[in-house]
Amino acid sequence: MEKKTLLMLKEKAARIRMLSVEAVYGAKSGHPGGSLSIAELVTYLYFNKMNVVANNPDDENRDRFVLSKGHCAPALYSALALKGFFDVEELKKLRKLGAMLQGHPDMKLIPGVDMSTGSLGQGFSAACGMAAVGKRKSLPWKVFTILGDGEIEEGQVWEAAMFANQYKLDNIIAFVDLNGYQIDGAIEDVMNPHPVDDKFRAFGWYAQVIDGHDFEAIEEAVANAEKSDKPSVIICKTVKGKGVSYMENNYNWHGKAPKEDEYLIAEKELREAWEKASEELNNG
Amino acid sequence: MAEKEATRAAYGRKLAELGEKNDFYVLDADLSGSTQTCVFAKKFPDRFFNCGIAEENMISVAAGIAATGVPAFASSFAMFACGRAFEQIRNSVAYPQLPVKICASHAGVTVGEDGATHQFCEDIAIMRAVPGMTVVCPADSASTEALLEEILKFDGPVYMRLGRYAVPQFYEKGEREFKLGKGIVLAEGKDVVIVATGIMVAAAMEAREALKNDGIDAAVIDIHTIKPLDEELIKEYAAKTGYVVTAEEHNVIGGLGDAVISALSESACAKVAKLGVNDVFGTSAPAGVLLEYYNLTANGIAEKVKALLNK
Repeated sequence: MEKKTLLMLKEKAARIRMLSVEAVYGAKSGHPGGSLSIAELVTYLYFNKMNVVANNPDDENRDRFVLSKGHCAPALYSALALKGFFDVEELKKLRKLGAMLQGHPDMKLIPGVDMSTGSLGQGFSAACGMAAVGKRKSLPWKVFTILGDGEIEEGQVWEAAMFANQYKLDNIIAFVDLNGYQIDGAIEDVMNPHPVDDKFRAFGWYAQVIDGHDFEAIEEAVANAEKSDKPSVIICKTVKGKGVSYMENNYNWHGKAPKEDEYLIAEKELREAWEKASEELNNG
Repeated sequence: MAEKEATRAAYGRKLAELGEKNDFYVLDADLSGSTQTCVFAKKFPDRFFNCGIAEENMISVAAGIAATGVPAFASSFAMFACGRAFEQIRNSVAYPQLPVKICASHAGVTVGEDGATHQFCEDIAIMRAVPGMTVVCPADSASTEALLEEILKFDGPVYMRLGRYAVPQFYEKGEREFKLGKGIVLAEGKDVVIVATGIMVAAAMEAREALKNDGIDAAVIDIHTIKPLDEELIKEYAAKTGYVVTAEEHNVIGGLGDAVISALSESACAKVAKLGVNDVFGTSAPAGVLLEYYNLTANGIAEKVKALLNK
């Protein structure tokens, strides 16, 4: 990856973290932990990978993205806003009456959202349905989807995994955000999903395990995935709450908003990180 | 009159015919022989997905297909398509208003010998309660075929209820215009109106003949679309006759009967009696035996009418 690209992506990810936490704080509810852990993933997809353009969100030939872990909408919304699908100001109305930005992604309301999600497991199946059409019609676009590590406890995920293998959907790339925590605690304590990679391999998928905060690792894994003739899953080891000291690896920040004093700390940490990333980009 | 045929057979045949000139996908969950999607699958293997015994995935996959702009038909038994995969229908299909057509066979007690685990008499109630869902229940083959064309043209989610049991054919092909949400007056009458859906429509017509012997002149309406309900038509005939009997192969809770009562609730222009399955689970027996057992017959309707009219 070119240095300039890497610095650009780092700046965007830092900005997405800032915007996500600000939006959750403004809404007084939402899911900061998992939004922070997928910041690099959505940044990579929207700013270095997917063929999507803001002024033509329904372009038939666009790549599709499904946020199967729909509760991490703040990260997706922040990426869409920065990409120009809608005004960044919309983020301030998140979860409020009459807002375009619903608590979970709504494809009918939000430009750039390809599937309504929120009920875990369903987005993954829908992504497979999109890929099935692309495959059968030999269409040029690809389907990308992000699942949570808690989400894969849903039986439907494995129904979809079987489906993708049966119909040889080599045009789908799924990411599992392995941040290690779900709302009730550590995934191993609630319902141990390990080994995630071997489970997917047993279901016929090409599975890789990477550091989900490392853009170069993401890029390499996606390139490998694109060479595979199997459906691909990239299991991303991440830090839940990444970038906010007191949220990191703390499942209590799965689904609640920071209070004012807490927000001020988060805002300072995330702003400093973003300013540093911006400076590096400008000097880069 | 043509030979008896199950609505699922008409569905399978028509789906394959519509596939010739229309782009859509068909999905099934290992019951393609029973739901009759196998006819389409054989003709258009490139537009068919057998999802295996995984109805939840099937419905969400259908939603993903529809999200690319191509309609998708998803079939299984009503119990599993609507029952097991309810939440997928609600969240993946109905909430985004995607053109997924859930065409569920083996609804009601006429599943027969398989018994209660497979006899679903709650599907109309459940699907009615979902915002934006269109709920269709055809009476015979000609109406199934005509309604299927309308369902394909309609850009939104639809639940179509089909049966396993061979039923009498009384519509001639092309005889009438079928429009979603528009009931069909099959017979005029001044004393009572029988409002029926699905396989009970034929029974209602039979009951009408029997009631003539008792000096009762019954109108009959086929409500093939339970949602949106043709409220104007029902109100008109309720006001005209003063008595309404509803007939459905479904629980008396939440089905056609309750929909009709809701439609009439503000005007209170008629007395209404509901014939259906009286809030019990089904049981194993041949379908014909079960219709007698649950009183879902012409005689059952006639008795209900007479009781309502005190005759």
